[in-house]
Formats: sequence, structure tokens, C-alpha cells
Amino acid sequence: MACLLEAPLRISVLSEVTATSRHYVDRLFDPDPQKVLQGVIDMKNAVIGNNKQKANLIVLGAVPRLLYLLQQSSSGLDLRTECAVVLGSLAMGTENNIKSLVDCHIIPALLQGLLSPELIFIEACLRCLRTVFISPVTPVQLLYTDPTVIPHLMSLLSSSQKTQEYITQIFSHCCKTSDHQTVLFNHSAVQHIAPLLISPSYKVRMQALKCFSVLAYENTQVSMTLVNVLVDGEPLSQVFVRMMQRDQPVEMQLTAAKCLTFMCRAGAIQTEESCIVLKTLPCLVRMCSKDHLLEERVDGAETLAYLIEPDVELQRIASTTDHLVAMLADYFKYPSSVSAITDIKRLDHDLKHAHELRQAAFKLYASLGSNDEDIRKKITDTENMMDRIVSGLSESSIKVRLAAVRCLHSLSRSVQQLRTSFHDHAVWKPLMKLLQNAPDDVLIMASSTLCNLLLEFSPSKEPILESGVIELLCSLTQSDSPALRINGIWALMNMAFQADQKVKVEIVGCLGTEQLFRLLSDPDNSVLMKTLGLLRNLLSTRPHIDQIMSSHGKQIMQAVTLILEAEQSIEVKEQTLCILANIADGNTAKDLIMTNDDMLQKIKYYMSHSSVKLQLAATFCISNLIWNEEDGSQERQDKLRELGFVDVLHKLSQASDPNLSDRAKTAMQQYLA
Amino acid sequence: HSAGLHYPGASVPAYSTFCCLSGDEQDLNERLKRLYPAVNEEETPLPRSWSPKDKYSYIGLSQNNLRVHYKGHGKNHKDAASVRATHPIPAACGIYYFEVKIVSKGRDGYMGIGLSAQGVNMNRLPGWDKHSYGYHGDDGHSFCSSGTGHPYGPTFTTGDVIGCCVNLINNTCFYTKNGISLGVAFTDLPPNLYPTVGLQTPGEIVDANFGQQPFVFDIEDYMSEWRAKIHGMIARFPIGDRLGEWQAVLQNMVSSYLVHHGYCATATSFARATQTMIQEDQTSIKNRQRIQKLVLAGRVGEAIEATQQLYPGLLERNPNLLFVLKCRQFVEMVNGTDSEVRCLAIRSPKSQDSYPGSPNLSPRHGASNPHLHTGGTESPTCSNGVTPLKSKNRSSIKYPSASSSASSSTSSSPSSINYSESNSSDSTKSQPRSANSTQETRWETLEKKPNIYIYILYIDSEMEIEAEHYSNGVVDGSSARIMNGTYKHEEILQPDDNSVDEECSNGRQLCGGNQAATERMIQFGRELQALNEQLCREYGKNAAHKKMLQDAFSLLAYSDPWNCPVGQQLDPTQRESLCSALNSAILESQNLPKHPPLMLALGQATACVQLMARVRSGSCSFARVDNFLH
Repeated sequence: MACLLEAPLRISVLSEVTATSRHYVDRLFDPDPQKVLQGVIDMKNAVIGNNKQKANLIVLGAVPRLLYLLQQSSSGLDLRTECAVVLGSLAMGTENNIKSLVDCHIIPALLQGLLSPELIFIEACLRCLRTVFISPVTPVQLLYTDPTVIPHLMSLLSSSQKTQEYITQIFSHCCKTSDHQTVLFNHSAVQHIAPLLISPSYKVRMQALKCFSVLAYENTQVSMTLVNVLVDGEPLSQVFVRMMQRDQPVEMQLTAAKCLTFMCRAGAIQTEESCIVLKTLPCLVRMCSKDHLLEERVDGAETLAYLIEPDVELQRIASTTDHLVAMLADYFKYPSSVSAITDIKRLDHDLKHAHELRQAAFKLYASLGSNDEDIRKKITDTENMMDRIVSGLSESSIKVRLAAVRCLHSLSRSVQQLRTSFHDHAVWKPLMKLLQNAPDDVLIMASSTLCNLLLEFSPSKEPILESGVIELLCSLTQSDSPALRINGIWALMNMAFQADQKVKVEIVGCLGTEQLFRLLSDPDNSVLMKTLGLLRNLLSTRPHIDQIMSSHGKQIMQAVTLILEAEQSIEVKEQTLCILANIADGNTAKDLIMTNDDMLQKIKYYMSHSSVKLQLAATFCISNLIWNEEDGSQERQDKLRELGFVDVLHKLSQASDPNLSDRAKTAMQQYLA
Repeated sequence: HSAGLHYPGASVPAYSTFCCLSGDEQDLNERLKRLYPAVNEEETPLPRSWSPKDKYSYIGLSQNNLRVHYKGHGKNHKDAASVRATHPIPAACGIYYFEVKIVSKGRDGYMGIGLSAQGVNMNRLPGWDKHSYGYHGDDGHSFCSSGTGHPYGPTFTTGDVIGCCVNLINNTCFYTKNGISLGVAFTDLPPNLYPTVGLQTPGEIVDANFGQQPFVFDIEDYMSEWRAKIHGMIARFPIGDRLGEWQAVLQNMVSSYLVHHGYCATATSFARATQTMIQEDQTSIKNRQRIQKLVLAGRVGEAIEATQQLYPGLLERNPNLLFVLKCRQFVEMVNGTDSEVRCLAIRSPKSQDSYPGSPNLSPRHGASNPHLHTGGTESPTCSNGVTPLKSKNRSSIKYPSASSSASSSTSSSPSSINYSESNSSDSTKSQPRSANSTQETRWETLEKKPNIYIYILYIDSEMEIEAEHYSNGVVDGSSARIMNGTYKHEEILQPDDNSVDEECSNGRQLCGGNQAATERMIQFGRELQALNEQLCREYGKNAAHKKMLQDAFSLLAYSDPWNCPVGQQLDPTQRESLCSALNSAILESQNLPKHPPLMLALGQATACVQLMARVRSGSCSFARVDNFLH
């Protein structure tokens, strides 16, 4: 016996422990199968609840031997089962234990074990697999490498309550992507798991429910299937509603509410259905109350935020349910001053969840306030709300920063809030700070909020301009992310609206005509629209028009020509014709059009276009050119008459659209005067 | 009205034909009973409509006092008007809920929904005064005994359904709008509030729903949460380090219960398993068990004899108990079960061996401690423990293991009236049937005039006989009696009638149909009468005794005592209370507790819950004792 030969000279507690551990491992190599079995059983009893012993055995190489014994068909059923049990026990230890087990290829070995005809052995293997798979260190992909595994697991679902519990738990932890959802769905996961929702075992019901929540998340196909599933003659949604009853365990209520939320967001259930309005929504609001654990409150608030995000009616209902808006204010009170004094353990717990709570509350506020002005007012009226957002913007946790800026963005859609609370709390300061070196998702939200803060009626506009924001926004327009490009150009557009000369020059100078033209050919249509909007805002009031056109006239006219000639949407062309009309309003800028016969022909063409919008914009342009009070109006009128514009105007004055005919008549009068 | 009973509740308007009303009424009763099972409506009626007496003159009521409309000028707040419901909300509701539908918001929609105490000024909207609480539609504010409101919920208007829920456990109130809870509005509410609505401008109309229709808000779901909470609180009641102490108490309770009812073998093995001691010695338990069995078998005479022999002086010290026992003995004589008449009728020896060897009788819970009822209200829980739930199959529960008893088939007849007859026929299997028949035929001649006996019984007595009672008996017996008698006669003479069952079901006869037995019965009746007179002389008149005796004697006034107005006495289940009274008396004489501690605890818990309702602790609604009895 090896351990006897290597008896340590120096007796210490540690070496003694190692020696006994080694003894356990050595017994696995005994030639007598009966002794091996006894050895495994003794090992099982020795490792229960003893993480040190587990680590020792792993270091000493027990795992490969156990796996070998487990896989040998010559090993008896008892031995193989006990091996699986010991491995399961080792997996219960630290994350390092799990890593070692996975490195020893325990997963394929155990999956192979599932092909055994012996239920007791299968259950032991599944239990161990379950423990391994629910660990965050195990790559979930290992479940899907062998395509025969999932169908086999599905077939084992009918074997016993234990197999049901373990398999559904594995599924719910290993379904992380839409690909996983598809694989499970294609192997009839819905049909196999639905009957388990009425299992007599609570654990089975609970794990089955969790499966449905991960399967339905952002998955229309699964969600659409779920609404048509009957469990014992009852629609699945009703089964979920029953599981949300208030006397059910909170975990079950919350998970059932998640299932219905995901089905609703995937479009399988209408938002106005009573199972959503009267059951799911109130259930999730309840989860936000003080009576529940911090984890449950986080989960409840996040799920509710997701449920109501796209629907203003649900937002209104949620905002009046159980004082939700006020209830959420409590999420910011962790760790409370009480917990710090009385109880270190509680303080630790509070600290751990404080960030999660805050970001969940911000998310929910963001959803609540995304459409309704009254709700926004209610939110900003909540105690210290704006201060909380402001400090949230500069928190260390990126999750909290993102949620805070989402919340701010949602509230920034309110004209009233922009004018009052946003200005009072100088939210632009932390916002500007946030925009420096932030990751893209934060940047998108922050720049989008900035767009609103730069609206002309916003009192924050001035201080933001002074903080050197133009450069930042121009750099955003060069981003790879379309969302950032839009936000950048949008903010510039808002900034240029009715701005003074200095700002406009600064924008054009900073952005550069090259970048401007690059944006005019942006693949994203909304970027193009906002760029045109920017041009339009730049080209307003006569002196500005003339100044910009004198320095960039050639390029701008080129760009306008290109767009008018290209296949573009009506909106884009309308916007472009409006720019042209603005140019026609300039003093010197007019000449750029009048000397461009090709451009005049285009305008004429659009005056007879089938779209009234374009006709109107083109007529505007001509009207500006022939306006009486200006220098050289006579020559322009004559030239345009020669080109046949008067006939066109005459025809348009008969148009059925009153706006158009009015506009044409006004233009005609210029000739008469 | 039966045709109207089947209208679905939801679709029937509140004001409709009378037929529908009775259907609605029934729906309402059922729904209220389901929502508030702990409420005793005789003591604390539930609100069912608005009160036509408790309202301001500007309020008009219609549609069975469920619809409220405003009929004042509505110029300013001085024209506000309210109405209260007919009754305050009973605390035993635990959670109380009603809804109000806004039929029309009228001119300005100044409607208030809420609660107020008796006597609060009705020329106001709910919430403006002390002990008055309201939620107002025009601004969505809540008013808590004050003229200034607080922002509370959304506004409400035509078409909205506003609910008001009073939680009598924590004394809070929340409102709902169209089935959505708006959160707590008031805390620290006083007791005895009435549902109240107030209106202030012309055209305002609201309809109340006190349970007439299904509610929009799922109040039962809310109740289930509180039920679970309170049950959890009870289940997790902290006992700290007194765990061992509690275990000993519980074991003692089980053991004493088993001993009390004479489950000797079970008690012994329980004591062995839990390593506890039994307070009473085995012989004593067995003696009591024997006496109880005799009583339950209807052999009261033997039971008295045995008691006198085993516990000398006991009955002498309890003359009332002796009298009750003797009364029962008389009833059993009529029944033909008492051994004094049985031995005459069938000449069977007094045999105790014919009884099953082990006790199979599960006693009625609580029957022995009726005095535990507080305030005299007959609470089903208190008096009977488990049994009221299962009263339909009472008999089979009372003798649950009877059929499994191997000792004798006699015990397998479950508690029916036939119990003793099957017993007797069984133990006299070897006797020729003809003997029985002849006896019965002889009896037949007398049987036609049973009223004679009642006369004989009373003739010697100085007791006043109520003429009415007497004549009643005569009248009753006149026609039906003869017919019955003839019928019975023919039945019994049928030659091939050997079936025991047949005889059991149809052959019930006074004193087993034996004349000697009947004579003995008459004699016994006289003795009983004499005993009563003696007791009257010694202890004064006793109305209960008088009634008992009258009832017993009245049996003779009917040709078929088993199917007569006082026939209930003959039911074997009637023996149980007597049995437990005797058992208690014996235990008391041995210085042992008269009632098993388990039953005392049960009775006490029940009484506590009732007391909670009276002291307005709403949680009583979800802490009912029968929720914990399985």
C-alpha cells in the first residue's frame, strides 16, 4: 500500500488530513470490487459538507478514477451509482471543484451514463449534471455539443419526479440564447414540459415554470405556441395566472408573472387582456413592495419595467397601482443607516443589493415616464428624485449609470421638466461628464438625452453650448454605431435651430463639409433626414444663408442636386426642397439657383409631382425667388416666366389642396404687383 | 318562484321582477357566506344595502336601496349628502370589500366613497369629519377625517368601478379602481364603520355592490394572501427553547385523550412509544370502557348496575345523573334494547361477551363540555369539534372501525336503529323463529292501544298533565296506528321471512314486541315517575327533568315511536352525551379530569376565536379552528 510506504516523518494535522484523503483514493484501486464499493461509500460519507476534503480528493486524482469506475460496464450498478453520487457531492463544493470536474470531462461521461436502463443510476447522473450545469463556471454549450442529448433528456422526462426536476433545472439554466431556445423548442420542449406544471411536486412545478420563462423570453415562436397549449384542459396562461395567486410562494408568483410578461412582449398576449392588466401587472407591482426580499424587488421592478415599456396604458395603470412611484423611492434607501449600526451581516447584504435596487428603480421609472406627462411629473415630484438621478449618473456601477441616464432620458421628453427640474438640478453637468469615455450603450442614452436638453426652449441649452459640446457631438457623427450618429447629428440639428451666427459657424467649421456630405450619403435614412434638418436650420435667416452659401454654396448645391436625382423617399426630397427654398430666401444665395437651369428644371418638375408635399415645397422655393421687395426680382420673374413657371403656378392655383392653391396664388400675385 | 332561481347573477339588473330577486338574494347569501365564513350574522349582520333611514334628505334610493342618486340643488359643499349602509362592517369579516359603480358623474362628479361611523353628519361628503373617510372622484384625493384631502389616486368618473377594502386585521383601508388596487389610503381605522357614499351635484348616480354581483377586483385572491399569512404565523409561532416542554404537553394531551375515552390498548402502546406514564391504572380504564360500551349499546340498566358495583356511592351522590340514566333506560326499554326488556323478550342471558372486545367507538368531540360555550351561542365548532363537518354520514363516523371488528357481527351494524335488534337476533340465532312470532302476535292485541300505557303511567301520578299534550297523542294515534299495526302484523307472519335484515328494518316493536317486557316497562316508568317526584321534593322542581320525562313517556303515544315527533330520542346517537357524562362523573370521582385536556384546549381555542371577533380582532376570520382539524 503506497500510503504506508510514504508515511510522513513529520506529523502535522495537514499531512494527516492528506494521508486520510489519499487512503480514500487508494481504496478505489483495490482489486476486490466489493472493497472498492465500500471505499466509494466511505468516501461519500467523508466528503459530505466538507469542502476541504473535496478539494483534497480532487487534487489527489479521485475524479478520473471515479469516472473510470462509473463508465466501466463491469462495475456493478451499486458501484456506478455511488460513483455518480460522490461526483455529485464533489460538484457541490467550490467553483474550483466544478472547474476541475469539467476539465476531467465529467459532462460527456455523465451524459453517456444517461443511456443506462437503470433509473437509479440515471437519477444519480442527472443530479450531478444538474449541479455542474447550474454553476456559472460551466460552459452551457456543453449541453448542446452532442445533438442526441436533448432528445434523450426529453424522453427521460417521463421517468420520475427526480428526472423531471433535474432535467428542467438543467434546461432553465442552459437556455441562454435564442439558438438554445430554438433547439429546445424544436425538440418539443413545450409539449414535454407543459404537463409538469401540474405535477404534485412543488420543485418540479417550479423548475418547469422557470423553463417556460427562459423559453419565452423575446421569442415570438415559443410565445405564440404557448398561448395555444392546454394543460389538463386548461389554457397555459390560466395555469400561470393560478400560479400567481397571492397565497402561492413568492418565487412561483414572480416566475409565472415573468412567463406572462414575456409572452405579452412577444406579442402572444394583448396588453389589454385581463391576465396582464388585472393579474400580471399587479403581481409585479406587489413584488416591488417592502414586504419582499431585495432580490425579489429587483426582479419584480425589472420585469415590470419590461412589461410596460411599450404600452402607455399599462404605464398609466402601473403608475396608479399601490403607490408604485412612491414605493420605488424606497429602493434608494439601501444600505439604510439602521443596518449600518445594528447588524454587519445586514449591512453586507444591503450593500450587495444596493446597486441592483437603484438600477432597477431607475429602469422602472424610465418605463413609467416614457410617454405620459402626468406620470413624469409624479416621478420628478417624488422626494429627492432629481438629486438621485444626478448622483446616479456618476455612480461607479456602470449598470446604475446606464439606468439613471435612461430614466433621465425618459423624463427629458417633457417640455415642462426640461424647463424646470432639469434646469434647477443642472443635470447637464453630470450628463456631459458621462459623455466622456463612456461605453456605447451609455453614450447612446446620454447623447439622446442631450438632444432633448438642446431643444431651443431648454434653459440648459446655453450652459451646454458653453461647455464645448459641439466637438463631442461632431465626433459622435463619425461613430460606427448608427444610433450614435443619429444622436450626434440630431443634437447638432437641435442646437442649430434659431442659433446665432457664431454657433452655426462653429458647427459647420467643426463638422466640416466633408463629414456633412458623408452624412448625406449615410446608409441610415434617419441620419440623412437629421443631416438635412441640420442644413435647414443652418440655412435660416437671410444673413446666415448668404454667409454659409458664400463659403459652402457649391458643395451644398451639389449635394442638393445629388439627393433630388437619387431614389429617395418623399420625406427626404421634401426636406431637400425646403433647404432649396431657404437658399432661395437668401440675398446673394438666390443666384446659385437662378444661374443653375438644371436646378430650375428640377423645381419645375417637383411642382408637378404627384406628392402634394413636394409640390408645396417646390412652390415655396419659386415663391421666394420671385418675391417682389427684393433686388433683382424683376429679372428673376422674367426668367422664370420664360421658363414656363407662370403656367405651372396658374395650374397649381386651381389645385384641390387649399394650402397648395393658396401658395400658388400668393406667388402669382408677385407678378401682378 | 323556482323559475326565477336560475338567472345568472351577473346579467340580472338589480331592479327586476320579484322572481329574479329571490334568485339574487340566494346568490348574495351564498357569496357573503363564502367571503365571510366567520361572521355570525345573527350577532353582527353584514351590510346588504343602503339604509333608507340613515341618509341626508338630498339622497334618493332606488333599485332595492342599492342605487343612490342626488336630488338636492348642488350649489356648494353645503349641499353635500351622504348615505350609510344598513349595518356596520363586522370585525369577523377579517377583510371586507364593497364596490360602487359610477352610473353618472352628474354635473361636477363630486362623489365620495368611503366609510363613516354611526352618527357622523350626513350633510357632508365622507372624509370631511371625524370618524369619516373618503376617496373623492373630482380630484382623486383621500380625505381622512379632514376637510383637506391628500393626493391619493386617479380621479374617477362615469363608468368607473371603485372598490373599498377594509382590512380589519391591521385596520387599514385601500381602494381599487376598475379592479386595480390603488394602495393603502387610511391606517388606524376605528371599529364599526359603515360603508358610506356621498354626492354633491345634480345628476350624480352610483350603484353599490355589497356582494350582489361578482366583484371587478379579485378580493378573494387578496384574502387568500392574508389567510396564508395568518396560517404561517400560527405555524411558525415561536416556542424557542421550550421545545421539549411542548412535546411533553402534546404527548400528555394525546395520552389523556386516549385514556379518557378508554382506548386502553392504544393508550398503552402510545405510552410505551413516548416513554410516558398513564395516570390511571388499566383496570380502571377497562371498567370505564365496559360501562361506556353498555350505555352506547343501549343497555343502560346494566350500565347502572355496573357503575353501582364498581363505583359504589357514585350515582347516589349524583342523583341527577342517575335520573337521566334511568330516563334513558326507559327510552331503551321502549327501543327494546335495555337488558331488562331484552331478556324477557328473547330470553337471552345477560352476556357481556357479546360486546366487541376492543373499543371501536369514537366519541363525539366536545359533547361532554357544552358549558365551554361562551355567551350561550351554539357554535358548531365548539360543541362538536370535527363532527359538524361530517354530519351527513354521522353514524359511520361514530363507529368507524365497527365493521373491522372480528369479535362479533353485532358490532358491525353501524349505529342505526337496528343495532340492538340485529344484536338480539344474532345472539339468539338458535332459537326458533316461531317463538318470536307468537310473542309478537300476542302483543299485537295490545299494540293497537298503546295510549293505554301512557295513561297507566300517568294515572298514579300527581303530576299535572297538559291536556293538549295528552289529546295530541290520542288524535295522532287514531288512524295511522291501526293501519301501521295491521301492516306490521302481515309482514311478520310471512312464512319465509327469515331474513334478519328484513326483520331489522321493518320489525321494530315496542319493547321488542313482548308483553312481559311491556309490563316491566310500565312498572319501570312508574318507578321513574316516583324518582322524579322524590327528586322534586328533595331538590325542588327541575324543568329539564320534567321535559325529559314527558318526552320519554310521549313515545308511548305513538304506534310507531321511531317515526314520531319525539322519535329522535330512540336514535342510538342520543346515547353519546349521556355516555360521556357518566364517564366524566366516574373520572371526577377518581380525582381525574372530567374532560380530556385536548378537548378543553380545542374548546378554549374556539372560544378564543369567537372572543376575537367580539373584541374586533379581524384575524379571527382566518384563524378558524376547523381550518386546523383534518
